[in-house]
Amino acid sequence: MAMTLNDDQNMLRDSARDFMASEAPVTHFRKFRDMGCKDGFSHDLWKQFAEMGFTGILIPEADGGMGMGQIEAGIVLEEIGRNLSPSPFLTTSVAAVEALKMADKAMRDRWFPGILAGETVIGIAIEEGVKHRPEKIACVATRSGNGFKLTGQKQFVVQGASSDMLIVAARTAGAAGETDGLTLFAVDKDAAGLSMEATRLLDSAVAAHVQLDGVQVDADAIIGEVDGGWTVLSKMLDAGRVGAAAEMVGVGTGAMDMTFDYLKTRKQFDRVIGEFQALQHRAAHLYGEMEGARSIVLKAQSLMDEGHAKAELYVAAAKAKAGLACNLSVREGVQMHGGIGMTDEYDIGLYMKRDRSLNEFFGDAYYHADRVATMNGY
Amino acid sequence: MSDLETFRTEARAWLEENCPAEMRTPAKGDDDVCWGGRNFVFQSEAQKLWLERCVAKGYTVPDWPKAYGGAGLSPQETKILRQEMAKLGCRSPLNSFGIWMLGPALLKFGTEEQKVHYMGQIARGEIRWCQGYSEPGSGSDLVSMQTFGEDKGDHWVVNGQKIWTSYADKADWIFCLVRTDKANKYHGISFLLFDMETAGVTTKPIKLISGNSPFCETFFDNVVVPKDQVVGEINRGWDVAKYLLGHEREMISGMGGDGGVTSIGAAMKATLSEEPVLRAQMALFDVDNLTFRAHGERFMDEWKTGKAHPAYSNLMKYVGTELNKKRNELVMSIGGSQALEWESERANGGSKARNWLRTKANSIEGGTSEVMLNVVSKRILEMPGG
Repeated sequence: MAMTLNDDQNMLRDSARDFMASEAPVTHFRKFRDMGCKDGFSHDLWKQFAEMGFTGILIPEADGGMGMGQIEAGIVLEEIGRNLSPSPFLTTSVAAVEALKMADKAMRDRWFPGILAGETVIGIAIEEGVKHRPEKIACVATRSGNGFKLTGQKQFVVQGASSDMLIVAARTAGAAGETDGLTLFAVDKDAAGLSMEATRLLDSAVAAHVQLDGVQVDADAIIGEVDGGWTVLSKMLDAGRVGAAAEMVGVGTGAMDMTFDYLKTRKQFDRVIGEFQALQHRAAHLYGEMEGARSIVLKAQSLMDEGHAKAELYVAAAKAKAGLACNLSVREGVQMHGGIGMTDEYDIGLYMKRDRSLNEFFGDAYYHADRVATMNGY
Repeated sequence: MSDLETFRTEARAWLEENCPAEMRTPAKGDDDVCWGGRNFVFQSEAQKLWLERCVAKGYTVPDWPKAYGGAGLSPQETKILRQEMAKLGCRSPLNSFGIWMLGPALLKFGTEEQKVHYMGQIARGEIRWCQGYSEPGSGSDLVSMQTFGEDKGDHWVVNGQKIWTSYADKADWIFCLVRTDKANKYHGISFLLFDMETAGVTTKPIKLISGNSPFCETFFDNVVVPKDQVVGEINRGWDVAKYLLGHEREMISGMGGDGGVTSIGAAMKATLSEEPVLRAQMALFDVDNLTFRAHGERFMDEWKTGKAHPAYSNLMKYVGTELNKKRNELVMSIGGSQALEWESERANGGSKARNWLRTKANSIEGGTSEVMLNVVSKRILEMPGG
C-alpha cells in the first residue's frame, strides 16, 4: 500500500477536520471542563458523531457500520486530538468495537446498534495497577451457574462511570504473568456486585476505579473463547494503542502549529522570536519528530488493516514514537510560549495535560519500546 | 492478478534465474561492492556475470528510460523490484555516483546527446564518476567557490582546487562546479563534465580519522574543457547543483534493507540482556529506526506523486544521518573492547571502529545538519528572517 491517503481518505479527513473545528473545538472542551461535567464529555456531541458516521467507522458493513479500517479511525482521532474534543470515540468506537467484532452475533446485535446511534458508551476495564501490564491481570472469574463470578479490581477505566457496559478481562485459569487463561467479559453497568468510584484526571477526562465483588455473568457475556482471551485482548489493545497514537499525532501537531504561529508573532529584542536560530533549529527538529511519528502511525495502521504479521511490532513502535514526539511537542510548546504558556487561559497547557493522559493510556513509550526490543529478539 | 502482481512474479522469477548464488550473500566490505569504471577489477566471475545480466536487462538503473540504458520501470515497479531483491538478499549489481547523482541531473538538464552518451555509459558501468563541489574555503557556504574556468572561445581553461572529492583517485570522469563568471555569485557557476585523465588534473587522497581515504584533494592546473561538456546553461550550474543535492538527500531516505526488524546481530543481542540501560537505549533507537524507515517510505511515495515539499529531502537528510551516527555509537558500546581493536581479524580489521568514525561525516557532507535545520525552518516552516 502506498503511504499516502487516497481520495476517499482525504475527503474523510476534510469532513472530520471541519466537524471537529466547528462542533468540538478547544472552547467546547473548556466549557465541559469548567462546568465540572460528571461524564467529561457531551452526549449530544456523541450523537453528532453518530450522525457523521464516525461511531460505526470500524463496525463491519454487515452489522450496519462503515466497515472501514484503522487508517480511517485514525483520521478522525487525529482531528479529535488537534481540537482536544472530548468523546468516548477511542474507547467505544475503536477499542471496544475491535473486541466486539470477534464476539458472536447475539453480542454484536446487542451492542452495535447503540454505538451506531451514538447512545452507547463502553468502558475498557483492563488495568489493575498504575502501569499498563495486561499479562499481569489477576482479577478472577470462577465458574458459577451457567457462567462465571468475577472478583477483583480495575482502574484507569476511562469514562467507566458513564458506560453502559464494561469489557472486563479476568483470569479463568493460570496465574498472573501468563497470557493463557484470560477471558474477556461484557459486564452490564447495573450488574449486582459492581461498584465504581469516578475520579477526574488532569486532562478533565473522568476515569473509574472499579470493584467487582462476585459479579455474576452468564455464558453469553463471554467475548471470544474461555481461557483464550489474550487473542481478543491483544487485538483490542492494539486498536486502542494505534488509536491513541493517532490522537497523539493530532495533539502534537495541534500544539506544534500553535507554537510555530506564536514564534512568528511574538516580539522580543525588537525582533520576532522565530528569527532566532536557537529556536528555529528546535522548531525544525520538532517538525521532523512529528513527521516521523505521523509516518510510523500510518505504517502501523496500514499493517493492521492488512492483517500483516509485523503489525504488532509497528503498533508498539508507533505508540512509543507518537508518545515521545507528542511529548516533545507539548514541552517545547510551553517553553517557547514562555510565561503565557503557564497560564490556564492559554490553550498550550491543555495540550500538555492531554498528552500526559494519552501517553499513559494503553502503555507508555517505555513499555512499548521494551516490547519492540523483545520482539526484535533482545 | 493485477499488473503489478504479475510484474512481481516475473521480477522474482528473473532474479531467481539470473542472480548468482554468491551475489545473494551480504557484501563483506567495500571491496565486494561493484563500482564499475575503466579500472575496476571484478572480485569474482559471479560479480561480473551479475553486472552483465543486469546491464542487459536495464536493471542497473531500472527506473531510467530504456533509451538511456534503463528498464523504463514505473516508480511502483521499481519499488517492487527492490523489495524482491531485498527478499532474495541480492546485492546491488552496480553502485555509482553516476547512478545516484549525475544521471538524475542529466535526465533533467542534459541534451539528448548527453543523455544517450553519458547515461548509457553509467548504466553499463563503463565510467566511474566523482563529484567536484566543495573547496577548502567553501564548505557549507558552497556558492563562494573560486575554481575558475577562463573562456577561450570553444573551451574553458580551468584552474583551482576541490576537496572532499569522493574516490577521485579511482574515478574516470568528474562532474564539477566551475566559476565561469566572477561578477555573478549564484549565476556565475557552470556544471562541467571532464575526464580525470585530462592534462593538469591531479589527485591526493586525504587520510581520515577512520584510517581510510575515501576522499581526495583534486587540483586543476590549466585543464582544458570543451564547451559541449557543460550540463544545462552556462552560468546556471547552481540550479543543477541544487537539484542534484536534493536528489542526494532523497537517496539517503531510501537507505535500509529488509523493512528493519532490527539493526544488530545475534551476538550483540546477547550482550544487551546483561546491560539493561544499554538495552533500553537500543530499544529507543529501534523505535526511531522503524520510524525512519516508515518515514522514508512515506516521503518517497509523496515525492513520486509530487506531494512532498521541495525542501523535504533536507529534513530526511538531517534525520537519517543523525540516526546513523546514533546507531554506530550504540554498536561501539555493545561491541565493548573488541570494537576498539583497530587491525585484528577478530575485529574484522577494525571495521566497527572505522565505520563509527566514518559516520561522523554523515552530518557534515552534503550539507551539515545545522544547514539542513536552517533550510527546513525557513523553507518548510516559513520562519522569518534572512
